[in-house]
Amino acid sequence: MEEKLLFSGNEAIARGAYEAGIKVASAYPGTPSTEIIQNLSRYEDVYTEWAPNEKVALEVALGASFAGARAMAAMKHVGLNVAADPLFTSAYTGVKGGLVIVTADDPEMHSSQNEQDNRNYAFAAKVPMLEPADSAEAKEFTAIAFAMSEEFDTPVLLRTTTRVSHGEGLITLGERHALPPGTKVEKTPEKFVMLPSNARKRRIELAKRMERLSAFAEGFSGNRIEWGDKRRGFITSGVSYLYVKEAFPEASVLKLGMVYPFPEKMLKAFAKEIGELFIVEELDPFIELHVKAMGISCHGKDVIPAIGELDTYRVKMAILGKGENPLFESSSIPQRPPNLCPGCPHRGIFHALSKFDVFVAGDIGCYTLAAQKPLLALDTCVCMGAGVSGAMGMEKALGDNAPGKVVAVIGDSTFLHSGITGLIDIVYNRGTTTVIILDNRTTAMTGHQPTPATGITIRGEASPALDMEALCRAIGVKHVYRVNPHDIKATGRILKREIGRPEVSVIIADAPCVLLPGVIPKDRTVYQILAEACTGCGACLKIGCPAMEWIPGAGKKTASGKKQKGLAQISAAICAGCGQCAFLCKFSAIAGKG
Amino acid sequence: MEKGGNILFCGVGGQGILLASDITSAALLGAGFDVKKSEVHGMAQRGGAVVAHLRYGAKVYSPLIELGTAHMVVAFELLESLRYLPYLNPETKVIVNTQKILPPSVTTGVETYPEDVLERLGRAVPAVFPVDALAVAESLGEIRAVNMVLVGSLSSFLPVPENVFCDLIEKKVPKKFIAANTEAFRRGREIVKQK
Repeated sequence: MEEKLLFSGNEAIARGAYEAGIKVASAYPGTPSTEIIQNLSRYEDVYTEWAPNEKVALEVALGASFAGARAMAAMKHVGLNVAADPLFTSAYTGVKGGLVIVTADDPEMHSSQNEQDNRNYAFAAKVPMLEPADSAEAKEFTAIAFAMSEEFDTPVLLRTTTRVSHGEGLITLGERHALPPGTKVEKTPEKFVMLPSNARKRRIELAKRMERLSAFAEGFSGNRIEWGDKRRGFITSGVSYLYVKEAFPEASVLKLGMVYPFPEKMLKAFAKEIGELFIVEELDPFIELHVKAMGISCHGKDVIPAIGELDTYRVKMAILGKGENPLFESSSIPQRPPNLCPGCPHRGIFHALSKFDVFVAGDIGCYTLAAQKPLLALDTCVCMGAGVSGAMGMEKALGDNAPGKVVAVIGDSTFLHSGITGLIDIVYNRGTTTVIILDNRTTAMTGHQPTPATGITIRGEASPALDMEALCRAIGVKHVYRVNPHDIKATGRILKREIGRPEVSVIIADAPCVLLPGVIPKDRTVYQILAEACTGCGACLKIGCPAMEWIPGAGKKTASGKKQKGLAQISAAICAGCGQCAFLCKFSAIAGKG
Repeated sequence: MEKGGNILFCGVGGQGILLASDITSAALLGAGFDVKKSEVHGMAQRGGAVVAHLRYGAKVYSPLIELGTAHMVVAFELLESLRYLPYLNPETKVIVNTQKILPPSVTTGVETYPEDVLERLGRAVPAVFPVDALAVAESLGEIRAVNMVLVGSLSSFLPVPENVFCDLIEKKVPKKFIAANTEAFRRGREIVKQK
C-alpha cells in the first residue's frame, strides 16, 4: 500500500505543483496562503521567490508562462485585488506554460481585514476556477489546473479557504513530471501584445474558450453526483461539501470541483431529480445566483448564513432549524486577544506616539494590534499602503488645520509592498505628513519571511539589501531619521520635532523583531520591580507588555514614604529585556539584572 | 474513542499546541485511521487563544468538530478549558493543565482571573482530569515539555500503543530535548492512569 502522509492544504498544493513539473513560483506572504511557496521552496529544481507584492508575483509567473514554463503565483484573497490588473488581461493573452493562480480566502476573517469571496474574480475575469475541499483534492486539483491551463490556453484560479489551506488531511506522494522541454521566448505579438487591435481578437478567442470550458465542466471528474435520498439534495463545493456530508450523510449531493464555469446540463439533470434543493456555500451566493439564473428554484442564502464560516452544526441549524442536543452555553471569562510580544519594538514607538494629539493612519501587520487597549495608538487599517496615502488625503482635506494632526505608520515589508507610491505622492504633491516606517527587518505577522531589505532570499541566499533611507531620499524626502524605538524618550523627542516640521519627513524605527534568531541574547538583562520603590502608579502597564502584571491593593508605603496603590510585577520567564518599562518608571522602581 | 473520535486542543499561543496535535495525529495515522486536523495560523498566534481540532475514524469528512461532539478536550491552560464549552457534552473527558497564564485584561488589572474554573468545568462535565503539567516539566528541567506531559495524559485514552508516541517524539523533537520530552510524556500518561 502507498504510504499516506498528513499534509496541510498548502503543503499539498506545493507538492501537487512540484509533481506537475512547476519551474517558477512567486508570492507575497499572506495568511492563509503563505506556506504554499514556503513549502515549494524546499524542493530542488523549482525557482521560488518572495515578490514585493502580489501584482509583481503574478507578473513574474505570467512571464515564466510566456517563456514556456509551468508557473504559479499564490496569494491571500486581498492579494488578488493587488494582482487583479495582470489577472484580467492574462485571461486575454492566455499562456504558454501552465499558469496557476492560488487565491486563499479567509471566511470568518481569522487573519484578514475583510472576507471577500474571490470566486467572483473567476466570473469577472473569465478564468476557470477549481476549488478543492481538502488536502487530497488540493494536490490532485493543482496538477489538473496545470494541465487545464495548457489545454485551454488560460490561467487557472485555484481557490482555497482557511480551513482547506490550514486543515490537514491524508495524501499520497507521486513522482515529479519531467519538465517540459526547453523554455524559450518567442515573439507572438497577436497573443502577447494587448494593443486594442489584438485584444479585440483575443476577446473573441476568450469567449470561445469559455464555451469549451463549459463543455469540459460537464465531464470533469471533480464535478460529481453522489446519489442518495432524493427528497433532499445539495449543490455544494469546497469545504462546505465536507460539512454537508457530515450533516446529511443520506442525502444526494452534487459536488462542484470546478466552481466556474458551471456544468449547466449536470446541474439541471440533478435538480430535476431532487425534491428540496439546497445550495450550501460560504460567503456570497455565487453558485446560487448562477443556478437561479438557469431557472432552477432552490434554497440558498435564505437559510444558509452569508457571513463567516460554515461548519457541520451551522449547516444543520440552517436547514433543520435545530441541532441534535442542547449545547452548553459559553462561560463568561476574560478574552484573550492576540498581543504584541514581550520586547516588541512596536510597543515603544506607539507609546511615544500616544503622547501626541495626532491621528495615526495605520497599515497591515503585527503593529495593527496597537489599535487595541491599552495602546489605542492606531486609528486606521484598510489595506496594504493605505496608511501613507490616506494620511496625505487627510492632510489635504484638513487644509490649514493639517500641520501636526496626522502621521502615517507602516511596516517595512508593507512599505515595500505598497507604501512607496504613497510616499511619492506626498513628495510630488507637496504634502507635509510624517511617515513612520517600522523597520523590524522581516514580514513578522505571517511568520518571518525576508523582505527585499533583509538581504536574503526565500532560500537563504544572500541578495543586495534595499537601503530604506536611500530610497526615501531618492524619492525626494529631505528629512529621514533613524530612531531606536526601545528608547522611548529619544524617540519622543524626534517625533516632536518631525511632527512639528512643515515638510514631509520619514522616521525609520530601527529595531529587529524580537522573534528573529539571536535578537534576544541568551544572557539578556531581565528587568525586575524594586518593590520598596514601586508606588503602583501603573505607568509601566500602559504599554501592555505580557510580561508585566498588576498586583492590586498592596497598601504599604515605599521606602521614600509614598503610599502604594498596588504593585507591578515582571515575569522573568518572558521578559525579553527591552527595557521599555524602565523608561516609563518615574520612581526608579524598575531595574535590569544580569 | 476506539473507532474514532474528536479531540479539541486549546491553550495560549506559544505553548506547543501545534506540535502536540501533530504528534497525536501522526500517532493516529500510524494506527490506520483517517485523520483530519484544523488550526489557524497568522494573527491568532500572537499570544492569543489557540485551538486545534483533530478528528479520526474510518473516514473523516469535516476537519472541524461539530458543536457538542468533542470526545476529549486537552486544555493547555486553566482558563482556556472554559472557552470552548459549546463543543463539549456531558460525556466529554477534559484533561486540563492547571497552569495559569494571565490574559492582558487581567495583567493590567481590568478583570480578574476566575477562581472557580475547575468548579465551573466540573458542573458541566464529570470527567475532568487536572494535571499540573508545568510542575512536571519543571521537575525535568525543561519547562517547554509541558505539551508532552499533556500528550502523555491524552495518550492513555487513545487506541495507540505507547511506543508509537515515543517513536514520534524521537522523530519530531530536537535531539537534545528527546530524553526530557519522552519522560514528560511517560509522567503525563501515569498521572491520568492513576485517577
